[in-house]
Amino acid sequence: MSANLSAILYLVSGVLFILALRGLSSPETSRQGNLFGIIGMVIAVTVTFLSVGNFSSGFIYVLIFLAIGGSIGAFIAYRIPMTAMPELVAGFHSLVGLAAVFVAISAFINPAAFNLGVPGDIKLASLIEMAIGAAVGAITFSGSVIAFLKLQGIMSGAPITFKGQHILNALLLISIVILTIYLCSTQSSNLFWILIAVSFLIGFLIIIPIGGADMPVVISMLNSYSGWAAAGIGFTLENTALIITGALVGSSGAILSYIMCKGMNRSFFNVILGGFGATDQTSGSQNKEQRPVKSGNADDAAFLMKNASSVIIVPGYGMAVAQAQHALREMVDTLKKNDIKVSYAIHPVAGRMPGHMNVLLAEANVPYDEVFELEEINNDFANADVAFVIGANDVTNPVAKTDPQSPIYGMPVLDVEKCKSVLFVKRSLSPGYAGIDNDLFYKENTLMLFADAKKMTEDITKNL
Amino acid sequence: MEIDPFIFRLSIFILSIFVGYYVVWSVTPSLHTPLMSVTNAISSVIIVGAIIAALSGSDGVVFSSSSVYGFLAIILAAVNIFGGFLVTQRMLAMYKKKKKDK
Repeated sequence: MSANLSAILYLVSGVLFILALRGLSSPETSRQGNLFGIIGMVIAVTVTFLSVGNFSSGFIYVLIFLAIGGSIGAFIAYRIPMTAMPELVAGFHSLVGLAAVFVAISAFINPAAFNLGVPGDIKLASLIEMAIGAAVGAITFSGSVIAFLKLQGIMSGAPITFKGQHILNALLLISIVILTIYLCSTQSSNLFWILIAVSFLIGFLIIIPIGGADMPVVISMLNSYSGWAAAGIGFTLENTALIITGALVGSSGAILSYIMCKGMNRSFFNVILGGFGATDQTSGSQNKEQRPVKSGNADDAAFLMKNASSVIIVPGYGMAVAQAQHALREMVDTLKKNDIKVSYAIHPVAGRMPGHMNVLLAEANVPYDEVFELEEINNDFANADVAFVIGANDVTNPVAKTDPQSPIYGMPVLDVEKCKSVLFVKRSLSPGYAGIDNDLFYKENTLMLFADAKKMTEDITKNL
Repeated sequence: MEIDPFIFRLSIFILSIFVGYYVVWSVTPSLHTPLMSVTNAISSVIIVGAIIAALSGSDGVVFSSSSVYGFLAIILAAVNIFGGFLVTQRMLAMYKKKKKDK
């Protein structure tokens, strides 16, 4: 296949990838978009086979390995529960990162196969691109592995901090730049290996100080990194499809991190430097004053809702943990049968990844036009009779609007307290991730329902 | 004076960042999770490099020191491609509109 024809086809596959993302602007077009993505991928792989043009025994092995990886991927995709989506995405990011590292290593060992020169005399530009691709790939890999372990609960979600952490990270980052410069002048393979090892270490170190509820930012950031790694390799291979995709994914992840940071009113660096919530948690519990709290049972909650004409549901990470989405939808079905208007309010950082709550509700067959974002629904709380907060906490805390001393001051929150009454499903009065008390617990119109989210929802349905 | 092909690739790269920027801002927030899984799938187009690496062995030698890394990368990228697109498909199939009749 001629180089020009394959270049054009790679461009076509890049455009199809753009259309795949474009499709996600609405659920109706999204499935078609996904199809475009798949076609783009098939084109890219086929063109690569044709342009290498080597159909010897190696080709058979490529197909075998492709089939092995493909079946593992398909198996995971069908078996994974929707609540585990954050872990899955983190896990997948680590694979992209590692694949980028492997391709870079292969190109370094055998540059001739990629038209980059011969070992010991690799073109300068290619060497820099390779080093960037490998370093970013390695950071993506080890960072995603840590994120995965934290989300999976294998590793504690609490931030791990130690003295001199930031200085160490800064020194390691500087050392990467220095290593790359030396690598370019000496072409030494030892330096290349050290560069990869240091990058693995950085990825590990930058994710350990970040706590569980900041994971939406971390996952988006790693998403972005995996894109930049792909783009770096794309420059090495002079491949348009990879360059376009890398840029798309890189900017997509960056935008998502931005949206998540804004949802918490924190700067990107504040999240990345980590340790949020670790210190406040202790001080918060020490000077906690005893304030009266009204608590109730499923019967009280059912009574309140039965007499309401509109109910707004506010789901959070606790709903995912308790797997309460199906029970919740059954409760809502019963409410709707009684002609009660029900809508869902989703905070941008509810859950452990962007859009986490929306997927869970969709899984439970909640129509997406009943689910609203913060800006769309926030004014409706004042007119609603009941707000049903299930598994959310910090995102409903009115302190963010009233107390400039609070660590979450300025964070956009759902105006739940404006509802006539608030039902708050929670296991205990313990503070949320930010480590601060939620003023909402002590409001006159709040009824606390202390129970497991799923069990409480089922009990309410029975009592309706 | 001839322009270095690198500049063309850089142009594509920069323009794609802008395309990505505008396209992603138009993605509805309720589809942010599928956005992450599909970007994950398409970034596995890195398999292109993996295939070239895997087929780089000289005649007769399938597994050389460089092609082994290619084969490993093929497995990783294939997991991602199939896993990413299929899980996205599965998620998107769940997004339904309200039924007109009650």
